[in-house]
Parts: sequence; structure tokens; C-alpha cells
Amino acid sequence: MPEVTFVQAVTQALMYEMGADERVVVLGEDVAATGGVFRATEGLVERYGPDRVIDTPISETVIAGLGIGLAAEGMRPVVEIQFTGFIYPALDQLLNHASRLRNRTRGRLTCPMVLRAAGGGLIKSPEHHSDTPEALLATIPGLKVVVPSTPAQAYGLLLAAIRDPDPVVVLETSRLYRSLREDVPDDGVALPIGMSFVRREGTDLTLVTWGGMVPEVLAVADELAADGIEATVIDVASISPLDMDPILESVGRTGRCVIVHEAARQGGFGAEIAARLADEGLTSLAAPVTRLTGYDAIYPLARLEGRYVPDRRRIAAAARKVLEYA
Amino acid sequence: MSPGRSVYRGEVSMATVAPFDIPYTRIIAPDGSVDGDLPDFARDPAGVIPLYRAMVRTRTFDARAIALHRTGRLGTYPSGLGQEAVGAGLAYAMQDVDVLVPAYRDTGAQLGRGVTPFELLMYWGGDERGSDYSVPRRDFPVSITVGEHPPHAAGVALAMQIRREPRVAVCTLGDGATSKGAFYEAINVAGSMWLPLVVVIVNNQWAISAPRAIQSGAPTLAQKAVAAGFPGEQVDGNDVIAVADVCARAVERARTGEGPTLIEAITYRLGDHTTVDDARRYREDAEVSKAWGNEPLGRIRAFLVAGGVWSKEDEEGLLAECAAEIDRAAEEYLATPGMPVEAMFDHLYEELPPAVEAQRRQAIRETAADA
Repeated sequence: MPEVTFVQAVTQALMYEMGADERVVVLGEDVAATGGVFRATEGLVERYGPDRVIDTPISETVIAGLGIGLAAEGMRPVVEIQFTGFIYPALDQLLNHASRLRNRTRGRLTCPMVLRAAGGGLIKSPEHHSDTPEALLATIPGLKVVVPSTPAQAYGLLLAAIRDPDPVVVLETSRLYRSLREDVPDDGVALPIGMSFVRREGTDLTLVTWGGMVPEVLAVADELAADGIEATVIDVASISPLDMDPILESVGRTGRCVIVHEAARQGGFGAEIAARLADEGLTSLAAPVTRLTGYDAIYPLARLEGRYVPDRRRIAAAARKVLEYA
Repeated sequence: MSPGRSVYRGEVSMATVAPFDIPYTRIIAPDGSVDGDLPDFARDPAGVIPLYRAMVRTRTFDARAIALHRTGRLGTYPSGLGQEAVGAGLAYAMQDVDVLVPAYRDTGAQLGRGVTPFELLMYWGGDERGSDYSVPRRDFPVSITVGEHPPHAAGVALAMQIRREPRVAVCTLGDGATSKGAFYEAINVAGSMWLPLVVVIVNNQWAISAPRAIQSGAPTLAQKAVAAGFPGEQVDGNDVIAVADVCARAVERARTGEGPTLIEAITYRLGDHTTVDDARRYREDAEVSKAWGNEPLGRIRAFLVAGGVWSKEDEEGLLAECAAEIDRAAEEYLATPGMPVEAMFDHLYEELPPAVEAQRRQAIRETAADA
């Protein structure tokens, strides 16, 4: 079985589901002729034609709005916003309309749309290309938000998102698109939305993370293991709905937890997990719940971005610090 | 052929673009006299009776909704008084298979589409079940956000186009909504994709307290279609025959693959913005009094009477019939209990995630404890 990169896994999922379900259409800027700025939609228009792979004007509001109208009419639109920093014009569409249509009409009209966007830093791009807005989106009831961290997750969670009867935002990490590669069977099997994945088991501390930080946290866990420290690594994958069970279960054993994310700390999604731990797992805590995140500063341009995104040294230091508590 | 269409259909013009025309249609003058070419359906004045009935029904509903609000039995309600011809004419032009994506003041169009007075009262009375329309199942609920819904209509139209269905999406919005970016993005994509979409601007001259002049320096709102590359036209929005005719032509063009149309229906908001607004704060009584002389029901009544197809008895009968219908709807609405607290979770997702299930149970528990 050939290995595929993260971005190829995205393409593979789109290719599979467009073949399996003729209601699936892909639309966005540059998705047809050039196969997407990251080539995530490469080859789709050749196979499925211009009725189902549609280049749109550069209009993020209307790209999301078209998705809502298509979904309400029974199609399964997968819309692409090129970069997370460009989803904000579409935010009204997601927040006021996509997420509410089912409830507003008591289930008469629904919105089974998917919005994909690439984000995350460290790709030396201009401003606004590096946002990780999962916390913002997590505040929207009626919306689901997933952040895949591996090619297999990119494939399985995207399939799940397309098949989901409700709107799902898939936040992909552009620096993982070509840096990760693994066997991903093209079997059409989806991964569940609303499940946190235990990526590594250990009894000394619990590291909780998602998306682009997962490879870094796993690497740190390996470093710690060399020193005899065994960490559990939980890959949240679904920001909304959030599956706290494995986090609570692991922290129940380790008593120590570091939450790592790339977005700024204040109001970041780590705060939700920390609050839930305080609420539901306080008695098992042996150390303060620690967040290692991007700073509460504006994401810098390329020369400084390496100092913004948590790196292995900072993650390891945070992990060792929570182990200092007796 | 509209001047807008000939400019851009995939070709970039390197010559000076010709000036454009925005046609204006009025068929019945305010005094009820015929002032243009009657469309086929109106040649026999009796053919216009259904439109008149629809307008009277709308106005009866509107008055009752305001009365219910004034007596504390309905929430905030946006009156469509004076705009009845737009909704009646537009609904007349649409087929059942078409989809309406309305704004909040388009009660008349919704009634014409088959949304019931009971459903409308339920919605404006604060109950989501009011948007679960029993008849136009594909129609969108009203958009409360101003001008953010035209993209949805474009998406509906795109679905119809992809599936090669002879159906049309129709979006209604106010003059204020044409200042929104989402409106421009929607008409822009409608032009570039040549969607089966009709966008009707209900230009009632006022966006809460902002007069039409504040919204745009363009002499017409219909001309915004020129930049989108498809026809834009104006119609006397208080002339139901003209509205029905212009909308029917546009809807049929869209249905047969001839592309989108932007219609600016010129009318006047005789009432306040909503039941919690006081329009006397920002506009002169004289302006409103003058606008009453142009309201849409009187002119069609005069047309029907002159045509010998409408009598005082017909009028009294219709008023009584509409009042009885709205009375029944109001009674049914007032007698309908509210939903249980867990209703706010019932349609959040198709399947409630376990993470939210606990809050559903909490809401039930807390409500029971307060009882």
C-alpha cells in the first residue's frame, strides 16, 4: 500500500466520497483548474467535471453562503476557504446561518456542509495565513469542528464530516500537508467525530493537544521516555463536540496535565479543557493544569514565528515542571 | 435584451461600454386607471381578484399582529403595511417548486407561498415551530440578519442548476440590505455562474431611520445588477399587476436558463420599522400622509370596481372572511402551549452529542425545580 501525505489523504477522501455520493460537490477559490492552492482538490474536476468541482469568485462570504443553500437543497457541499485567516468574512454565515438552520426550522431544513480551511504557522507565509481559530469556532452551538493531525485522520475525519448531517468545519494544518506521510487505506471508512484519540499511553503525566502540535508533543513524549518519564498523549481531534472522557481518565491516573496549543492562550480552547478538569477532575490533580500555547500576541511574521509556536524545548520544560510537584 | 447582459459574458470588453438603461414598469396608476400594457392574466379584471384578495389578507394579518403585540401577546413584529403588492405579486409569479429566501418583512410573500397565519404568529410570538412551514417545505425561514441571506438563495439556485431542475430561487430583501457585502457577493456570483435566481429589492424608502439616500449614491438600486452582468429593472411596487408581471417574466427567464434578474420594487413603509420603533422621530407626517395616497390596495380596488368585477358586498365579504381566518389563527396561536425546555436541544444537531446531553438533562432538572 503506498504511503500518502496529509494533503493526498484529503484528496483521497474527496475523491472517494464524490464517487460514492453524487450529492457531494466541491467549491471554492482555485479548487478546479489548479486543484487548490495546496493541491488538495487535484484531479477532482478531471474525474467529476465542472458541475461538481466549482471555481468561485474570491468571495468567502458567498462561498460559505453557497454551501448553506446547496446543503439546504439536499446537496453535500464541501467548500474550501484557502486559509483560516480568510474565514472571518464567512463567520456570519457559519455562526448566524449554517449552525442555526436546523434549529430555526425544527429540522425542516438542514445544513450538511463542510468547510475546510488550512491554517497553522511556521510556513513563512504573509500575515493572516497562520491562524488557528478553533476556539472561536468552538463557541458556536450547532457547528462541529475537527482538527485532524495525521493523514489517516485527514481521510477519516473528512469522510465523517461530509457524511455528517450537520455543518462541520475541518481545520487542516498546512505545515503537515507534506511533512507527514503514512499508509491510509482508501476504504471509505470514516473516523468518528466527537472522539479524542489516545496516541500514546503513560502513567506519569498527560499531554493534551491537537492538530499541528501533535507531532511535536509526540516527539517530546519520546524524549521524556528516554529519561524514564512516560506520558499519555491525547489528540483531541474533535474540538466540538469535545470528548473529555479519555482526558479525565488519564489525568485520573497521572494527576498531571499539560495542554498544548498553537493559538493564543486567553480564551483559547485549552481554557475549556482546563476548566472541565477543574470541574470534573479536581480531586485527582497533583499539580496545576498547565497551558503551553501561543502568546497573547499577534502572530508574527516569518522571522519571529518560530518563537511564537510552542516548540519541543518549551513543551518539554512545561512537562518537566508539572512533574516537580510532589 | 438587457444592456447589462451584453457587456460581460466571459469576454472582456476593450471598448467604451455603452450606457445602460434601467426599465421602469407601472401598469396601473394610483387612481386605478390603466397606464400600461395589461398582461394576459389582467385583461379580464376578474383575473386580478386573487391578487387583491392576497393583499387584503396580508393587511388583515399585519393589523392583527400589531394588535397582538400592543396587548402583550406577540413579540416584536415588523409591519409590512403599504408593501402588500410586492409580496402578493411575487408569490403569484412563483411556482410551488421554487424556493423563497425571504427577509423579515416579507410576510405577504410568505402568505402567498402558503405559510399559514398561524405559523407566522407562532414565529413572531417566539416559537421556532413557526418556521416549520407545512406547505412551502423548501422555503427558507425569514432572515433577521440584514442582507446576509442572498448567498443562501444563490446556493439554492446553484443546486437547481447543477441538477438541471426547472426551478428558481427567489430572494427578497430591503433597500438597506443592498448596502451589505453579502448582497454584492451574491449577485456577483449569480452573474458569473448565470444562476436561476431572482433577487427582489423591496425598496420601502426606509431602513429603520435611514432614508434610501443614505444607503447609496446610485440613482436606482436596480442598476447594481449592471455590475453583476445581468438585467436590473424597477417596478412600481405598489402596482400589484406590474409586480406580478415583472416578477413572472424574471422567474420564467431564470427557469429557462436565461439567467438572473434584479428587481427593485419601489414602495413605501407606511408603518414603523417594527412595533418597538417610532417613525415619527425621523420622518415627517406629511411624507407618510402623501404616501398613503399611493398605497397599493386602493388602486387595485378602483381597477376592479371600474372593471365591474368588484362590489361593496364583495369587499365586505372579503374583509369578513380575512378577519375570520386571522381570528382563528390567533386563537390557535394563543391556545398553543410553548415547547418544553429540552426543545432547545432537540434540533441542535441531528443527534445530540453526549457532551451536550448532560446540559439537556440539566435544563430539564432546573426547569422542574423551578416549577
